[in-house]
Amino acid sequence: MIRINNFIIPLFSLIIFCLLWELLVWYNNWPNYKMASPSDLWPAFWKFKHLFLIYGWETFWRTVVGLILSVLVGLSLGILMGFSKTIRIGLYPILVGFNAIPKATVVPVIALIFVGMHNMNTIIIVILISFFPICVSISIGLSTLEREYEDILLSLGANKFEIFYKIALPKTLPEFFGALKVSTTLAFIGTNLMEIIEPHGKGLGHLFDSGKISADYPLMFAVLITLAVMGIFLYYIVVYLENIFAGWAIRK
Amino acid sequence: MHINIEKVSHQYETKQGMLPVLKDLSLSIKRKGFTAIVGPSGCGKSTITRLVSGLIKPTKGSIFISNKKITSPLSTVGMAFQNPVLLEWRNVIKNIILPLEIVSKNMTYNQKRSNALELLKLVGLEEFENNLPSELSGGMKQRVSLCRSLVHSPEVLILDEPFAALDAFTKEDLWDVMHKLKKERDFTCILITHDLREAVYLADQVIVLSGRPASLQYDVKTNFNEEKKISDLYSSEVSQLLATLRNQIEIAQNKND
Repeated sequence: MIRINNFIIPLFSLIIFCLLWELLVWYNNWPNYKMASPSDLWPAFWKFKHLFLIYGWETFWRTVVGLILSVLVGLSLGILMGFSKTIRIGLYPILVGFNAIPKATVVPVIALIFVGMHNMNTIIIVILISFFPICVSISIGLSTLEREYEDILLSLGANKFEIFYKIALPKTLPEFFGALKVSTTLAFIGTNLMEIIEPHGKGLGHLFDSGKISADYPLMFAVLITLAVMGIFLYYIVVYLENIFAGWAIRK
Repeated sequence: MHINIEKVSHQYETKQGMLPVLKDLSLSIKRKGFTAIVGPSGCGKSTITRLVSGLIKPTKGSIFISNKKITSPLSTVGMAFQNPVLLEWRNVIKNIILPLEIVSKNMTYNQKRSNALELLKLVGLEEFENNLPSELSGGMKQRVSLCRSLVHSPEVLILDEPFAALDAFTKEDLWDVMHKLKKERDFTCILITHDLREAVYLADQVIVLSGRPASLQYDVKTNFNEEKKISDLYSSEVSQLLATLRNQIEIAQNKND
């Protein structure tokens, strides 16, 4: 019953949302160049279904690869910063400063450095935009481990590594998954930034751009909705992994 | 395993400079003894547990377990704290076997489990083997924590206020669990506590520390009865003892002011 509810309730809220959206456009009698309504979207999808498949896949795999790499980068930096106070104090200002730079301004820089290597450019932007929450949450989780947790193992002569993988790492997993959820949604921003700003002709960002050029508003909206759906899909994969690896922390 | 603390002084580095917590503390705990250490808050009681377990080294003086000087953590020590610090992602049995994973790496899982189950029966939680800590009450968590501190058959058990956060009746239940464990298992025990009744009920020796920097102020045997019962705590003999200890604590507190 709970399982069905977990599916039915979000679906129901999605339908209500679309109905309200449709109603809003219909009530104001907006033309679709002002605001497309859900009923305009399906024809747009259908008309470009081939492109949606190709570009959607391009955007999707690059986002996922970028996300996986940002997990690796975020984890490694987070672990270093969690265990060494010196590294933590040393790296924080750099990381915060770096994160404060709007990534849209980094896009041309990256694109210039790796000219023509579109996949790599996109993945780098994804990493740059997504690793930060993971890195911060892991380093905070590790550095705030209560002393007693370490003491029970240290008093038995355990080494740092044993404390890390028996206690510190599993204990930080809930925070890690919290951060990963944020990073997942950020990752799509990363992919699309590159795809929209740099004209490589790849990905949903490019499709959005061509919709803009040809003033095809339903197409633009359809791209946005596709991105939202992909984001939701990836988010639920993370939730699924969270249930497996950190299910103990979730209140039933 | 007798424990000798010889002329131990210890100080911590703080922002305000060095903070001396122990000063020339000497005491001895006999083999299989049960010693309770009481004293005003912040007088350095927990420091003693960290020193005896080898987690920190004293600034001056030495500590000996069976005439062997402690310089680093020993696998023959078990510890339990006020916070049961159970690993929330492991079920009860896997929490208990944690020390064995460090100390007896060659032991098979089944052996580890049977060691743990034996203790779990002693504390009356055998049917909670597969529960997660979040499904247990505070008293049950503390029982599990006690099992974990004993699973590797340590020769010294260090208890740092393990019952302090429990309600009065749960506390008394756990005192009796402690009696049972002490009877079944062979270990020397150091108990840090703020509760004088607990000290008198559980320990055969009670030590009062002076205010910071702490040194030995009062040392008394509490063998008022072979088999201690909760009702003994209301006898005149024990009341007398409790009054003496209370008085000693007051003296220690005044020194602090």
